[in-house]
Amino acid sequence: MGRTGDIEATLRELTPQVLGALVRHYGHFDACEDAVQDAQLDATVAWTERGIPRSPRGWLITVASRRLTDQWRSDSARRKRETTAAAMQPTEERLPAITEATDSADDSLALLFLCCHPSLSPPSQVALTLRAVGGLSTAQIARAFLVPEATAAQRISRAKQQITAAGARFHMSEQERAHRLGAVLQVLYLVFNEGYIASSGPDPLRVELTDEAIRLVREVRRLLPEEGEVAGLLALMLLTDARRPARTRPDGSLVPLAEQDRARWNRALITEGVALITETLAHARVGPFQIQAAIAAVHAEATDAEDTDWAQILALYDLLAGSSASPMVLLNRAVAAAMVHGPRTGLDMLADLDQDRRLSGHHRLHAVRAHLLEQAGDRTGARAAFEEAARRATNIPEQRYLHAQTERLAANNPTHK
Amino acid sequence: MKFMLLIWNNPQNWDAIPPSEQQMLAGDAVAEHAALDAALIDSGELVVSAGLADPVTTRMVRIRDGIVASTDGPYAEAKEHLVGYYLVDCVSLDRASEIAARIPDARWDRVEIRAAMDIAGLEM
Repeated sequence: MGRTGDIEATLRELTPQVLGALVRHYGHFDACEDAVQDAQLDATVAWTERGIPRSPRGWLITVASRRLTDQWRSDSARRKRETTAAAMQPTEERLPAITEATDSADDSLALLFLCCHPSLSPPSQVALTLRAVGGLSTAQIARAFLVPEATAAQRISRAKQQITAAGARFHMSEQERAHRLGAVLQVLYLVFNEGYIASSGPDPLRVELTDEAIRLVREVRRLLPEEGEVAGLLALMLLTDARRPARTRPDGSLVPLAEQDRARWNRALITEGVALITETLAHARVGPFQIQAAIAAVHAEATDAEDTDWAQILALYDLLAGSSASPMVLLNRAVAAAMVHGPRTGLDMLADLDQDRRLSGHHRLHAVRAHLLEQAGDRTGARAAFEEAARRATNIPEQRYLHAQTERLAANNPTHK
Repeated sequence: MKFMLLIWNNPQNWDAIPPSEQQMLAGDAVAEHAALDAALIDSGELVVSAGLADPVTTRMVRIRDGIVASTDGPYAEAKEHLVGYYLVDCVSLDRASEIAARIPDARWDRVEIRAAMDIAGLEM
């Protein structure tokens, strides 16, 4: 890795610590974030010329603090600001207090919780988390969401303002943290999902999001080792990521779970994920992420689709549907029910879902129906349903897969696959 | 999710409006488009937007049997033509509809909303 790479890696690692330290000391999250971003740019220039300093963290904190006070001084309400600025002055006595080696991991965690403030929409929470905690640049975040850089910059900027306006506090009580944990896990799950979905697309850099999400959940787990849902989410991510090598063919087309070459699955991730969820379920209070991880573990432990313990998966989906009956959960439960009780059972459950406004028009409802109709022997009905699903698909790889199924089931094509 | 908002104009719709009202609507429309742009930039939902030049400036490009043919002028049979578009990144079709309803042209013409295809997907 050349000097640029070293600098970038150092900045990514230190940014959350520096930002955390500043916010802990000064509050004013948005102003601090601006200052840290400026300091990052200064660092890129200075360190490229002169090399990375002996204490890069201290360097960044000093420069960012100066930026902060400079900004305050130049604000219009001059007299009031001067008083504040004087109090903010990074005097010799003050800086060591900020730069001392307090638990920077605690600061990063506090920052993560701050970024998941409920006044922000989930996309804003995600963008801000990737920036402030993940240390991603605006360009990288823009790329992650396939929007122009200006759009991403504006989202982050607005999110910072909203956090400050909401009076979000860096220091939260145990109770507030417990309350916020759900939102934090949702954000990390969204980040992971974004990366995992992108792994079927052409941009490998977007896939880094899965690694970033896993890294952050590990951080959360290190600091909250007793929380079952944190462990559950980590296990779910590991077990899902394990399948990544098998889910696309060289030509970019998608391989359904039932057809994946399981020899390609990442065994190390599966071993870790299965061990983690097994251990967690033994002592923690169960929750949705843990159940999803358990389902993933059952799939991971089967040598192939036929060998899968579908009865256990159905039982787990029944449990999950009890607490979080999202449309996708209900759809997956219908698939599991069909595997246990036959396609007719699954199709009857889908008939109920037809009435669910959240699912109407969704391509996956038609795709699952098609799959079950084929299992029930109705090739004509299956083909029509795959065609309907293909028309409604809003992503290209899934659409390709669904078109391929209609081809396969063409009236004059009697062969399977 | 990304949605394309296409503003389709049928000249008959505009012609049907009394001239006095036309002037007022046209003036308001400029301001309303600007306000919508600003709001969408502020919310981080705008990816790109543009108003398009009059169809008389159209150039059509076609390749048939390996030959590139380009002709100037609009497609004669078309009753409607595009006057502008917004590509937005927002949470749902419902939200895209809210945005479309703020486009002034929707009051005399129509705005078509289509989801933009993602390049990546989940396993089935």
